[in-house]
Amino acid sequence: MSGTGEWPLFEVFVRGKRGLSHTHVGSLHAPDATMALRNARDLYTRRQEGVSIWVVPSGVITASSPEERDSFFDPAGDKVYRHPTFYEVPEDVEYL
Amino acid sequence: MDGSQVGPLNAAETEDYAQVVEEHFGGLIDADQRIEPRDAMPAAYRDTLVRQMAQHAHSEIIGMQPEGNWITRAPSLRRKAILMAKVQDEAGHGLYLYSAAETLGVDRSELLAKLHAGKQKYSSIFNYPTLTWADVGAIGWLVDGAAIMNQVPLCRCSYGPYARAMVRICKEESFHQRQGFEILWTLARGTEAQREMAQDAVDRWWWPSLMMFGPPDTGENVNGAATQSHTKQSMAWGIKRFANDDLRQKFVDMTVPQAEKLGLTLPDPDLRWSEERGHWDFGEIDWEEFWRVLGGDGPCNAQRLAHRRQAHEEGAWVREAAAAYAAKHAARGQGAA
Ligand SMILES: [Fe+2]
Ligand SMILES: [Fe+2]
Repeated sequence: MSGTGEWPLFEVFVRGKRGLSHTHVGSLHAPDATMALRNARDLYTRRQEGVSIWVVPSGVITASSPEERDSFFDPAGDKVYRHPTFYEVPEDVEYL
Repeated sequence: MDGSQVGPLNAAETEDYAQVVEEHFGGLIDADQRIEPRDAMPAAYRDTLVRQMAQHAHSEIIGMQPEGNWITRAPSLRRKAILMAKVQDEAGHGLYLYSAAETLGVDRSELLAKLHAGKQKYSSIFNYPTLTWADVGAIGWLVDGAAIMNQVPLCRCSYGPYARAMVRICKEESFHQRQGFEILWTLARGTEAQREMAQDAVDRWWWPSLMMFGPPDTGENVNGAATQSHTKQSMAWGIKRFANDDLRQKFVDMTVPQAEKLGLTLPDPDLRWSEERGHWDFGEIDWEEFWRVLGGDGPCNAQRLAHRRQAHEEGAWVREAAAAYAAKHAARGQGAA
């Protein structure tokens, strides 16, 4: 074995501070999850950018396909009544 | 995976398919929307990005060498800690960019193999030697300064992962430039010998820094014409946002007053303010030198590549041991389950 080609790829998610959710920040190669976590700390939080890190093997993520995006997201397209602005109410009603 | 056979592009290389790709892709580009990894995209767009991101990543990691050369000889613990942090940042920049390139289906090990074989390039600026401590200052101020000028527009690049990597990089770069300026600022106000050292470093790094923006895109020679069409295509795709010459001019305009503040001279007798253009005029760049160094004949090309290969080979046992350890624990975990 010569390169990092055989080390799996991990996606890295960082919680910037308490109260925020983990956000995807990038990816890295590592031999296992423990090393991925340590590498992620060195790579993505050198300036205290996070208080918590998740690493997820890229291979286990199931993603929607860009080719199907129209039909896949279609069902929400004609349901404007899911938004509060859809409704007509008299102007002088408070707290609505 | 071989770079040429990625995902959806090869699934149906019919004319109809190419047409759909072009329309969908073109629509996103026209709307100044970002292209994301699994979007269908023209093969030429993808190839250009892979090449550019790889070159960029290679530049970051090769760029660790000239400065790494001074870590053990930094003049104080403070300077040493700063320089280590900077060089570590450059390693990080390389990794952000390799992982951005990998979203297009190439593998980092494949890109490194190309670098090691001399099949992919890195910025020719790193083929110049760092002769004195003042060079560390000049690199931070001029080389990182020029890199920032080039990189800020890339934060709006049309390819999402590249743009996002650049946002992180640009945030980190500003300390690099400031620490370089501070080194020169200190030397320029030190002893006469220190001031001379600072001036000598600026004399050697000024012109190569101007070359970092690439050949003129308005030129009339063969290389100029090639650059012009390359720039045009990259701009149409939203990969490049400004022409090489425009960025170079911006850099000169920004740097001249800073040099005055330092009390150091930029080694160009033709440097003068043009009232008419509202910019600083500057002298002719030696493009012969640029092409020569890029082509492999710079002062440190062979040394940089040999050092890079050696570091990679000497690290092989660490990578192998880590992989063996991971395999052993994965097997044990399965046994227990
Ligand atoms: Fe960098
Ligand atoms: Fe830098």
